[in-house]
Amino acid sequence: MPLKMPEPAREILDKRREIVRGLRSIVPGEGVIDTPEQMRVYETDGLTAYRQMPLVVVLPETVEQVSRILDYCYRRSIKVVPRGSGTSLSGGALPLADGVLLGLSKFNRILDIDFENRTVTAQPGVTNLAITRAVESRGFYYAPDPSSQIACSIGGNVAENAGGVHCLKYGLTTNNVLGLEMVLVTGDVVRLGGKHLDSEGYDLLGLLTGSEGLLAVITEVTVRILRKPEGARAMLIAFGSSEAAGQCVADIISAGIIPGGMEMMDRPAIHAVEEFVPAGYPLDAEALLIVELDGPSVEVDHLIGRVEAIAQKNEASSLRVSTNEAERLLFWAGRKAAFPAAGRISPDYLCMDGTIPRRELPKVLHGLKALSAKYGLRVANVFHAGDGNLHPLILYDANKPEELARAEQFGADILRLCVKHGGVLTGEHGVGVEKRDLMPEMFSKGDLEQQQRVKCAFDESGLLNPGKVFPTLHRCAELGRMHVHKGEVAFPDIPRF
Amino acid sequence: MAEAGAAIKDALKRRESLEVLGLGSKRAIGRPSEATDILDLSFNKGISIYEPQELVLSAKAGTRIAEISALLAGESQMLAFEPPDFAELLGTGSGSLGGNLATNLSGPRRLKAGAARDFILGFSALNGSGEPFRAGGRVVKNVTGYDLPKLMCGSWGTLAVMDEITIKVMPKPETEISVCISALTHEASIRAMAAALQSPAEVSSAAYLPKTDFEESRTMLRIEGVEASVRARASHLQDLLKPHGSLSLLDEASSLDFWRDVRDVMPLASLRDAHIWRISVPPSESAVVMARIRSTVETRYYCDWGGGLLWLAVPPDPEAHGQVIRGAISSGSGHATLIRAPANVRRSVPVFQPQPKALAELTRRVKTSFDPERVLNRSRMYEGV
Repeated sequence: MPLKMPEPAREILDKRREIVRGLRSIVPGEGVIDTPEQMRVYETDGLTAYRQMPLVVVLPETVEQVSRILDYCYRRSIKVVPRGSGTSLSGGALPLADGVLLGLSKFNRILDIDFENRTVTAQPGVTNLAITRAVESRGFYYAPDPSSQIACSIGGNVAENAGGVHCLKYGLTTNNVLGLEMVLVTGDVVRLGGKHLDSEGYDLLGLLTGSEGLLAVITEVTVRILRKPEGARAMLIAFGSSEAAGQCVADIISAGIIPGGMEMMDRPAIHAVEEFVPAGYPLDAEALLIVELDGPSVEVDHLIGRVEAIAQKNEASSLRVSTNEAERLLFWAGRKAAFPAAGRISPDYLCMDGTIPRRELPKVLHGLKALSAKYGLRVANVFHAGDGNLHPLILYDANKPEELARAEQFGADILRLCVKHGGVLTGEHGVGVEKRDLMPEMFSKGDLEQQQRVKCAFDESGLLNPGKVFPTLHRCAELGRMHVHKGEVAFPDIPRF
Repeated sequence: MAEAGAAIKDALKRRESLEVLGLGSKRAIGRPSEATDILDLSFNKGISIYEPQELVLSAKAGTRIAEISALLAGESQMLAFEPPDFAELLGTGSGSLGGNLATNLSGPRRLKAGAARDFILGFSALNGSGEPFRAGGRVVKNVTGYDLPKLMCGSWGTLAVMDEITIKVMPKPETEISVCISALTHEASIRAMAAALQSPAEVSSAAYLPKTDFEESRTMLRIEGVEASVRARASHLQDLLKPHGSLSLLDEASSLDFWRDVRDVMPLASLRDAHIWRISVPPSESAVVMARIRSTVETRYYCDWGGGLLWLAVPPDPEAHGQVIRGAISSGSGHATLIRAPANVRRSVPVFQPQPKALAELTRRVKTSFDPERVLNRSRMYEGV
C-alpha cells in the first residue's frame, strides 16, 4: 500500500515565495534554502524508500530564531517538520510538500560540561558520539549508543528515544536525559528539568522523549554522563538452535547477571556478516550470541566463569572469550557491520524493529521463516537479545517491480507477529510514517484518542510533524468532546489516510 | 473497575471532584482535597504476571509494595528504585504500587538505578471521562506511541486512575557494604561524594548525615554487586577517599539498615511537630542552598543522592518557611516539596514548586487532555488543576 500523507494545502503552496521571504526576515543569509538542488539532501531521512521535497528548508542558529519561525508558521497555519541529522529509520523527518523543514544542524555546540554533577548540556544538533568524545579524556561517556551514533544528533535521540546495544544495563535515552529546553508551536520557550534529579510536576521530559517531533522543537538537552567501566570482555557463544541460544539468554538473566551488551544473530546474519567483516564467527552455528560483561576485572572474570557454565549447560557448540581489547572489538565488528553486510548481499533491505518477550523468540523466528517463504524474500535476523528487541532485515531489490511493496507487506506481517506474541511495533526506531498505519494493531481507538488529546495539549492546530505516528488525523475539538459523543465519529469529513 | 468508571462519569456530570485513593499511605501529601467523594480503589489488587526471566511484573495498582517485594525476593530480584515507606514519617500504613508510581518517589539507589518512572513499562487506566485506555507495553524496550506511562509518574492521581501496571524488575545485588567518612562538613562531604561518584567504584548511593548532639557527621557511600567485586571496589574507594577524612566500613546488615532508614526519612521522622520539606538540587549547589536556609531558619536535615536530595525539618510556621526555602534555590535549578505539614499550612503555601507561566499553562492543558472537567484529585498539585 503506497504511503499516504496529508493532502498539501493549496493556499500554502501558492504562498511559497511570500513564506520564503518571511523566513528570510527571521534567518538571514544562507539559513533559508529554497532551490530544488539544495533542498534535495533534505527530501528523505534514514528511511530512504520515501522521498518528498519540502516547501522550504530553514536552518536557524538561535533559540530566538526558532521561536520566531514557529510563531510565524503558527500564525499562518504552516506545517513544520523538525529535523536533526536525518538518520531516522522510521521516516520521522520525512518532509511535507506544504511544510517548512526546520533543521537544527547549526545548533552544534556543547554548552556545558560539569564533572562535579556528572552532566553535559548540549545543543540538539551535537552528535551522540561528540558528547562521549567531549568527556572521555576524564574517563566518562554518554551511555545510549545507537548504531548511527557517529552521525545522529542528541536532539534527534531525544525525539526518538534512541537505544543501542547497551540499553539493557544502562537505559535508553529517556533514562539518561535530565533536562530540556523546548519551543512550543506557539513560539513559547519552556525549560524542563536541569542538573537536578526528578523534576516535579508532570513528567513532560519523559513525554517529550520519544514524541517524534510532534509536540515541540527541542533546542537544548542536558544528559547525565557515566564513568566508563574499568574494563570489558566479550564472549562469542555459538548454538545449534535458536531455542538453545534463547534459553541461554534467559538463564543468564535468571542468574542475576545483566550484561553490558547481549546480542544474537541467526544463521543468515552470521554468514552475511562474516563475508563482509571476517570476525571469525562460526559458520556452522544456527545462532550466535555476543555477551559483553563490564566492570572491575575481578567482577568481569567472575561473571565470565558463570556465563561459561550457563552456556555449557545449554549445549553451546563453541565458546570464545576475548583476551584483549583488540579481540573484543573484533567480536563486535561483525555485529556492528550487520546492516552494511546486508546491503552487500542484497541491493536493498528493510530493517524492522519489533520487541517481543524473549521467551517467544523461537516461535517468532519460526513464524518469520514461514513468512519469508510466503513472500519469497530472504530475511536475516539481528537481535538485542537482552531486551527482546528484534531487527529482522528483509532483503529485496527495489529495481524489481512490486518487490518494495512485497517487502513492506512482509515487514508489516512481522510486526503483527510481534504484537500477537505480546510484543510491540517498535523498540527503538520510532513509529514515524513507517509503522503509522499499524498502530491500530497494538492500540484501540480509545488508546489512540487519548494519545492524540495529549498531542492537542501541545499543538492544537496539528502543525508539528503531521502525518507521523497517528494513522488518522483528528480535529482537537472533536477529541475534546469525545466524552460527550462517546464513540461517535463526529466529523466524517476529516482526512483518514 | 467498571464501577469506578461509572463513579467518574457520575462526578463528571455533576462537575465534582473525586479523591483518588489507593491505600492512602501518602494521602496527607499535597494540597488538601477539594473532593466531595472518595474513589476507593483499595479493592483493586493482585499480581497477575511475574516473569523473572523477562524482568517483568504486572499487578493491579492497589497491590501492596511489600507483597511485590516479597515475591521478587523469592527470585533474588527487586524494585531497583527502592520505593520509600513513609509509614513512620506520615503516621500512616505502607503504600501500593500505583501510589508509589503516581508519586514517583524513589530511594537512595535512585542515584545509580533510576527513579520509579524509569521502571514503568505500561498500564491500563480510566481517564477523567471514565473511559478506559492503555499505553506502553509488556516488554522492557518500547517506543510505540507517546510515553504516557512516564506521564503517570509524578502526576499524583490527577490525570488518570491506573488499573493494571507493568514494571521492569531487576536482579538483587548479591551483597552490599558501605564506606563511611566521619566528621566532614557539608561542603567537604559534597567534594568527597563527588570524588567517589566520579570514580569507577560504581557507588550506588551516597548520603550525608550532619553532626548531631550525639555523633559526628557521617558521609556514607554504598557499593553493591557480587562479593568479590564489592570488596575490590570498596578497597579502591578507601584508597581514593583517605585524604578526605577518617574511614570505616559498614557490613552488609548495617549497610542495609542504614539505607533503609535514609530511604524512609527516619532521621527526621520522629521530630513530630516539624514540617518536612524535600528538595532536589544539583549536588554542587546543595551546601550553598542549605547555608542560605540555615542563616534564617533553624533546621535539621540530611542529604541523599550525592547531596542532590535534601530532607529538611523546620519548626512549625503558618507558611512552613516556604519563602525562605524556595528563595534559597536558584531559579530553574531545583524544586522544594512540602511533604509533611498540617492541612491549614498546605492550603496557605504551595505544596509543589510553583511553575513559570508557560509551563503552568502547558500543565493545565495536559491535565485537561486527560481530565477535562478536573474530576480526579482536583487541585492536589496546583490550584485549579
